[in-house]
Amino acid sequence: MNLGEARPGEMVTVRKVGGEGATMRRIMDMGITKGCKVIVRKVAPLGDPIEITVRGYELSLRKSEASNILVEA
Amino acid sequence: MPHTIALAGNPNSGKTSIFNELTGSTQYVGNWPGVTVEKKEGYLKGDKRHVVVDLPGIYSLSPYTLEEVVTRDFLLDGKPDLIINVVDATNLERNLYLTTQLVETGIPVLIALNMMDVLERNGDIIQVQVLSEALGCPIIETSAVSRAGLKDLVKTAVHMVDKAEGSGKVAKFSTPVEKALLQIEHLIATLVPPDTLRWFTIKVFEHDEKVMQRLNLSDQAAHQIATIIESVEKSMDDSAESLITNDRYEYLTGITAACHKKARKMGTLSVSDKIDRVVTNRWLALPIFFAVMWGVYFIAIQSVGDLFIGWIEWFFGDLIGANIALGLEAIGTSAWLVGLVVDGIIAGVGSVLTFVPQMMILFFFLALMEDCGYMARVAFIMDRIFRKFGLSGKSFIPMLIGTGCSVPAIMASRTIENQRDRRMTVMLTPFIPCGAKLPVFALLVGAFFPNSAWIASSMYLVGILAVIVSGIVLKKTKAFAGDPAPFVMELPSYHMPRMKGVLIHMWDRGKQFIKKAGTIIAVASAAIWILQSSSWSLQLVDTQDSILASIGRLIAPIFTPLGFGSWEVAVATITGLLAKETIVATFGIVLGLGNVAEGDPTLLASVGAFFNPISAYSFMIFTLFAAPCAAAIGATRREMQSAKWTWAAILFQTGVAYTAALVVYQVGMLLFGRGL
Repeated sequence: MNLGEARPGEMVTVRKVGGEGATMRRIMDMGITKGCKVIVRKVAPLGDPIEITVRGYELSLRKSEASNILVEA
Repeated sequence: MPHTIALAGNPNSGKTSIFNELTGSTQYVGNWPGVTVEKKEGYLKGDKRHVVVDLPGIYSLSPYTLEEVVTRDFLLDGKPDLIINVVDATNLERNLYLTTQLVETGIPVLIALNMMDVLERNGDIIQVQVLSEALGCPIIETSAVSRAGLKDLVKTAVHMVDKAEGSGKVAKFSTPVEKALLQIEHLIATLVPPDTLRWFTIKVFEHDEKVMQRLNLSDQAAHQIATIIESVEKSMDDSAESLITNDRYEYLTGITAACHKKARKMGTLSVSDKIDRVVTNRWLALPIFFAVMWGVYFIAIQSVGDLFIGWIEWFFGDLIGANIALGLEAIGTSAWLVGLVVDGIIAGVGSVLTFVPQMMILFFFLALMEDCGYMARVAFIMDRIFRKFGLSGKSFIPMLIGTGCSVPAIMASRTIENQRDRRMTVMLTPFIPCGAKLPVFALLVGAFFPNSAWIASSMYLVGILAVIVSGIVLKKTKAFAGDPAPFVMELPSYHMPRMKGVLIHMWDRGKQFIKKAGTIIAVASAAIWILQSSSWSLQLVDTQDSILASIGRLIAPIFTPLGFGSWEVAVATITGLLAKETIVATFGIVLGLGNVAEGDPTLLASVGAFFNPISAYSFMIFTLFAAPCAAAIGATRREMQSAKWTWAAILFQTGVAYTAALVVYQVGMLLFGRGL
């Protein structure tokens, strides 16, 4: 599944970061890399973006960007 | 020549506070050449031998964002003697990710391990000695809030610069990657300075286009390199960029595991998380957001800000203006010079400076929201709506401030990281009716629609609609096209705002505006006053015989299709460029009523001669959209950092104004024209 599909409260492990160019690089630069653990915190009041915890801090990203990140529970 | 110390670090690492503490009052804020990225410089406190350059807050040295490119270029070409890398101790791994890249540039790095007080409060422990040895960089523990460690930081920095010593240990990547790097190193070794070889090698491996252009490799070398990279990518089943990033974090995980003990387990809630449970809660987030916005607006624009406006008007009009007039007359100055100084320059500058208190209060709250961490939540909450029409979640704030005054609104767009979003916000913010346009609406509504309260309110609706439609349309043009900027944004932990930093921030912004009022606006005010009070032979005349009137007569036909083709109205649109509320004053002057308020009954009756209800509405629409006042154009120029973009904005706004007014008048006349 991808990160956009994970439910709030779920902890998942990153398998692969897809996408290309600036977006993919930005996601990885922020510490979402293969093998790291991510907790989905919540969804914004209007349904997008989402908030996650990664490497001990809070990060928000849009569902469209999260869908490039393959994860497993 | 003074030595240069570059200050680098992640956003929210407390870099700005450290910069403020290091440089004291010597700092200078400008922009990096050609781009709207803030450039701050200052001497070390009491030490003119060392200049500190505050680099933009960044997470990486990738080639994809303006801030990162500015930083890279400065590190490679500006040749700083030392980098002080501010690292947020409470967010170690991600902060050190940048550190490893800084070290690769070959410039000595000194780490300021900041927010140590917060770390200790959380009960976490970092073994600084172990970390320092692993990275090969000296580390000073600091807290910008309590100023702990800052003296040590300065002492160590100066020592390192004098000795020109100490480059750190570079990150080690996995064996296949290192092998490839070694091969690339041989191919480019002669092209770059030896210190920077590691950095260039890694960038070449990452397919960094900016670096490839710079190196300008021979076809043969480029081909060889491509083969090397391809073989690694194939064997590791991953892209080169991704391999480097993964390995870098892997390397850091190894280092932090050895020296960092966290009291809190992953997934448990910190204080900041608990605040966020309420503030960005599904149901409470929007009500809280609107309450905060209303509060800021109420204090800055309505209550406190408005109080100051009265004082400043009194100060410039009754105190300064009147007394200077008396003084000049007493020493026998000619009437026209008194007019130029008092009615032209002082009145013009005064009318612009009346907005200063409102702006200062607004900037204060903005800086406060930014500093405590709420601004990032604003973007989080509003992103969904605004990205639909090509704007950023943070565009809401300029738009809201725009209802008060476009100038601080345009300046507030600074908090939008993405250049495209920022440009569009600057362009569209003046569509929101500002406070100075209200008297114009009030005048025309009073004259033509005395019983229809909704006509004035409809201006807000029309303004918002124009922002949305323009956003959607502009996004389809070449200048704004392309993928939406990635919205991968840190939500920094909340913390108590640092008053000093907030005040410095507020003052920086306010100062720019006051400077402008003192220069451009003073000149423009003087020019318009001369135009409206003298004839072509430079005789002092009434407005109807002035240069401005003849210009008005010349351009009036342009406005005939919009329904207001008289020279008086044409003149008012010109003086409106100075400040929108001048339109009302201009009507007063050209009608020979003197300086009257918008509610004056004679004015209401006389204005009736220029318009019918439909052309009055068309004029309101024109005023709403047309190029903003001189001060707002100045702010646009500053934020756009480009004459081309400024002109584009003015032409776009005026084009929308003309078209919308034309449609309103022509369609209106077609539908309702018979009865008039």
